[in-house]
Amino acid sequence: MRAGQLPRWADYGLMPAINVVAAFLVSGLVVLLIGENPVEAVRILVWGALGWNEGIGFTLFYATNFIFTGLAVAVAFHAGLFNIGGEGQAYLGGLGVALACLALDRFVPWWVTLPVAVAGAAAAGALWALVPAYLQAKRGSHVVITTIMFNFIAASLMVYLLVNVMAKTGSMQPETRTFEAGGRLPLLQTILPGVDFGSAPVNLSFVLALLSCLLVWVLIWRTRLGYEIRTFGASPGAAVYAGISPVRITIVTMLISGGLAGMMAINEIMGSQHRLLIEFVSGYGFVGIAVALMGRAHPVGIILAAILFGILYQGGAELAFEMPAITRDMIVVIQGLVILFAGALEHMFRPLLLRLFGILAAPASKPA
Amino acid sequence: MTAPLAIELVGIDKRFGSVRANKDIDLKVAKGSIHGIVGENGAGKSTLMSILYGFYHADGGEIRVDGRPVTIADSQAAIALGIGMVHQHFMLVENFTVLENVILGAEGGPLLAGGVARARATLKRLAEDYDLKVDPDAVIEDLPVGLQQRVEILKALFRGADILILDEPTGVLTPAEADHLFRILKVLRDEGKTVLLITHKLREIMAITDEVSVMRRGEMVATRQTSKTSMGELAELMVGRRVLLEVEKQPASPGRPVLQVENLTARDGRGVDVVRDVSFEVRAGEIVGIAGVSGNGQSELLEAIAGIRPVRSGAVTIDGTRLDLARHPVDAAAMRRHGLAHVPEDRHRMGLVTSFSEYENAILGYHRDPAYGRGPMLDIGAIREAARVEIEKYDIRPPDCLLRTAGFSGGNQQKIVLAREIERDPVILLVGQPTRGVDIGAIEFIHKRLVALRDAGKGVLLVSVELDEIRALADRVLVMFDGRVVGERAPETDESELGLLMAGAAQEAAE
Ligand SMILES: Nc1ncnc2c1ncn2[C@@H]1O[C@H](COP(=O)(O)OP(=O)(O)OP(=O)(O)O)[C@@H](O)[C@H]1O
Ligand SMILES: [Mg+2]
Repeated sequence: MRAGQLPRWADYGLMPAINVVAAFLVSGLVVLLIGENPVEAVRILVWGALGWNEGIGFTLFYATNFIFTGLAVAVAFHAGLFNIGGEGQAYLGGLGVALACLALDRFVPWWVTLPVAVAGAAAAGALWALVPAYLQAKRGSHVVITTIMFNFIAASLMVYLLVNVMAKTGSMQPETRTFEAGGRLPLLQTILPGVDFGSAPVNLSFVLALLSCLLVWVLIWRTRLGYEIRTFGASPGAAVYAGISPVRITIVTMLISGGLAGMMAINEIMGSQHRLLIEFVSGYGFVGIAVALMGRAHPVGIILAAILFGILYQGGAELAFEMPAITRDMIVVIQGLVILFAGALEHMFRPLLLRLFGILAAPASKPA
Repeated sequence: MTAPLAIELVGIDKRFGSVRANKDIDLKVAKGSIHGIVGENGAGKSTLMSILYGFYHADGGEIRVDGRPVTIADSQAAIALGIGMVHQHFMLVENFTVLENVILGAEGGPLLAGGVARARATLKRLAEDYDLKVDPDAVIEDLPVGLQQRVEILKALFRGADILILDEPTGVLTPAEADHLFRILKVLRDEGKTVLLITHKLREIMAITDEVSVMRRGEMVATRQTSKTSMGELAELMVGRRVLLEVEKQPASPGRPVLQVENLTARDGRGVDVVRDVSFEVRAGEIVGIAGVSGNGQSELLEAIAGIRPVRSGAVTIDGTRLDLARHPVDAAAMRRHGLAHVPEDRHRMGLVTSFSEYENAILGYHRDPAYGRGPMLDIGAIREAARVEIEKYDIRPPDCLLRTAGFSGGNQQKIVLAREIERDPVILLVGQPTRGVDIGAIEFIHKRLVALRDAGKGVLLVSVELDEIRALADRVLVMFDGRVVGERAPETDESELGLLMAGAAQEAAE
């Protein structure tokens, strides 16, 4: 119990905003160091992500991935579990999606395939989280360790499957055949008349991601299971007192978390790539940790944080293109700074802000 | 006032949101004295002491230590000014050892080894000087609350405090342990140290303080010389009305057994048997008290019956349903379904989730009740409504079910737990330290509720280290020592006889 508390809007809105601004300021210094104009860099980054339709489309496409992996981390977080296996769970989710699509795409329209693919993605992701969950619940093996190890196992397993089992006949590429129309999600612009995202692959999965946010909110704050998850996360002792089984909650929460991570593959595989290929997760699972931290494990926060990271991804790509001195690695540095300020240095500005609010609140108490 | 002042507070103000916890507080504490502070739950005592200890910052007012105006930015600054504090809610690192906790923040240099060796020696000396014996290598979470408290006191002494603040230090101590503590405090005073003592027990105030200040709803309403006041006057000053200091109850008329415990044996976290072959029963319409020095297995006994602690052997029968807990372990939820309710001894570790809102805690353990929702969903409206009713009935302050539970004072937190468990109308209620940290007005209320529950034909199993409380409430008293029930007595039994039993006299005589 530390002195004082910030008003909710400051805690959830102002603090993250300050953290982002700080990250940008430091990034600006770095840009200055390599002899480029930081103001110009920010302009290119923001414009690249938000200034034109295709840019927005890409931003939202990336954000979709981040929403899923962010939600996955957040749900586990509420139970006090640190699932950093989103990477592997999403990878396996791709397997679930691909199996559904490969089996159905030639016979049925996409909207018949979709529920099967969603089920496949969630089931495969959940399954990949099950073993670490079980080991944590029953044997006390820390999920941080086991989920990370499962990321490596997932990578090896998928390479094996893609090279030896699922590869298109007669091809050297470690990837499956391309899905037919029955295995492809419609682009957002084909459903929403009047919007044109150019060649950006943002698709129906974005709606699915928003829907998942709503469902997660309901789960955590409006269901008995969510209550149990939060109780266990906040106080394992109180959970046992309340008759909440730690084993059950650990396993159930990790299954939900893994399932959400797996859903990311819907966006990449069924929405954009239309085939299962190697290393399609490429770090989205890890960035989900930062998204969840920054979004305060709250769905609304996660949407905002996911869009921010979408901007960084898309705008960063533009920036690397426009300013050759700023390489792809620089973009990673900027993203790293955002993660650093939003996640690790979470509490740096808090005491300052607390004092500020103390000063602001003090005159009000005088006349009474 | 002639004696030099150790502490002077002038016009201290502090508010939390809409709650004014301290309003324009003035306080003078003479050097080398023991100064008591009393007041109802939520009166603002802990807040005031936290300001003095640099934990909170006052919104206005001045603090003077030894006559000099000071600003106390944090607890480091307070320690530098020679102020030490024993908190109401322990501030110990649960998985550290006693020694590690004591030196935490006072390691004495970057290399641990030297500091540790010195600390071990100092600790040994302190333990001997003040007879505060604790195994320096024991891990905190394995210690019963009574011993954890000793560690807190040692921690402050280790830092060489000149001014020692104790926030309800005797809540968990037996009378003998409390007497012991008071001897230490007197020695400290005679050495010129200053002691600030918050307590709800007026007997303690009368016994050892030189002066006493009374707080009420955030204000300092009176300061008296202890020799010139009485418990009655203090109680009235605190509550603003006359308080019944004794429990009124009719003789019990016990009915069928509602709780039977047979040969129960259970272990603690380290795998040591702490409940050994315990058998007894509680009948409908009676209160059975378990007396004992803290750490003799009473807490674990309650936990084992409640389905929280694994049982090694033995069985429990609730309202006729026999549960072989060793062979078929049953969790707390199942126990509740059988009609058992449980007010745990340690409300912070078990009874409450302090980061939750009040209404969320009002359903802890009952969150699967059909009354609180449909199917998998919770009905937040219904839960808040039920919580408001309990707040009203139990006079929980502030009456705000949306407030985070950590924002309630200790006594009000306790009322939240009691309201939740008693209002469930259980067949058998287990209560551990029901009035720990609760003010006299609320104690009167809680005791009435427990007696009313009894009179409504329910069974109550009461564990308390407060011998007075057991004698006042219980219809039968069981004494526990070293994990066993060593005797049953009527509550009228002589205090010294019970005391001897609690100290293990029967055990030794038998050996
Ligand atoms: N961190 C906090 N946030 C919000 N309100 C608080 C906080 N701490 C205390 N309060 C409120 O301030 C008031 C004074 O609380 P305090 O803990 O000082 O009471 P107390 O006199 O120590 O009571 P008790 O005898 O029950 O320990 C209460 O109304 C309490 O709800
Ligand atoms: Mg207090």
